[in-house]
Amino acid sequence: MADLIVTNNSLILTLDRFGIPLGFGEKSVEDVCKQSNVSVNLFLMICNVYSFDNYIPDKQTITDTDLSQLIPYLLASHKYYMEKRLPHIENHLHDIADMVGEKYGKILLDFFSDYKNEFHKHFSYEEEIVFPYMQKLENGQRDNNYRIQKFVESHSNIEEALTDLTQIIYKYLPSSVMPDDSIELIFDILQLTSDLGKHSLIEDKILVPYVETLERRYK
Amino acid sequence: MSRKIDIMIVEPSDIIIEGLTSIFNNYNDINIIATLSDTEILHEKIISANPNIIIINPTLLNPLEKQKLNLLIQNRINTSLIALVYQYIESSSLHIFDNTIDIRAPKSSIVQTVRDCYSSQKGKISESYELSERETSVLILVAKGLSSKEIAENLHISVHTVNTHRKNITHKTGIKSVAGLAVYAMIHNLT
Repeated sequence: MADLIVTNNSLILTLDRFGIPLGFGEKSVEDVCKQSNVSVNLFLMICNVYSFDNYIPDKQTITDTDLSQLIPYLLASHKYYMEKRLPHIENHLHDIADMVGEKYGKILLDFFSDYKNEFHKHFSYEEEIVFPYMQKLENGQRDNNYRIQKFVESHSNIEEALTDLTQIIYKYLPSSVMPDDSIELIFDILQLTSDLGKHSLIEDKILVPYVETLERRYK
Repeated sequence: MSRKIDIMIVEPSDIIIEGLTSIFNNYNDINIIATLSDTEILHEKIISANPNIIIINPTLLNPLEKQKLNLLIQNRINTSLIALVYQYIESSSLHIFDNTIDIRAPKSSIVQTVRDCYSSQKGKISESYELSERETSVLILVAKGLSSKEIAENLHISVHTVNTHRKNITHKTGIKSVAGLAVYAMIHNLT
């Protein structure tokens, strides 16, 4: 397990979401997963999505894998973004807004508050519509009012506006901001952007095909 | 000749793929970098292979996929789409494509279409990173939340031209989202 994290540092973010505690010593991935009752295959699938842009799990692997922890994993990610990363970035942004004068400060904070609303809407849609729909199908209940295709159509890119924010910070803000503050904030945002990107890939490459196979059962 | 034109072909028929490959192999300036027989990994492939031109059989795309492909291509200033058509296809369903190739077209005209498509693409990137007057007026309307269609009506230009301006704006500013462009406009006192 430790080797895996050394190979791709960002995988460390996935552990807590699976409820895997740190301090695993020299144990193998399989042992660590078993200890925390995590499906090894699901864990590896997510590691693969994180690590290889071209990776697409085949349908058979998806059907053969125990995906009961997928939704808890995704919910834990949402919680991490909403309760930890966004407030952290917002605090930083407030500090910068104080330094750039009222006009720029207001533009930045308004942008961010709109963004937070978008972010919130995006995740509530998944939590209130998509996840319950998938759980219904898993329990053998049909739901003719929804199709996962609707999610595919509306699954918008929420990272884009964040990347734009970094551009705005380093290209267009007046130079009264201490470079340290800007740079730190930019790193924080880029890290979140990249993790959000992986998060939506997990949804597109694992969740969507899985729900599609569930839907096919009822055809 | 400066650099090669990188082409990706998306087409279910092996015969057609082989045929196009053998035609293009006769021309030094054209290079086939990827072929796909379906659209399953189309987006990933476009991002990793970064083709200048995608020759794609439009019947492989359902309306939703077409829309998603269009979104992806809009942000890629150096990628154009050519539809590969076997028979008559209603022109409204070809609006996302920059050009079309009919499979009955002679070799020379196929190659010409590819070259034209590529050179018009290079022409789209202007040298300056300052926004032109036209781009600025498009930007202001984008920032107001208008759709490309509404902007086209407003400025009496075609939707296609609006999209080219939008590509250029994103290319020059590095900003993609409407919210980001709105901030750009405010910071530059354009609104």
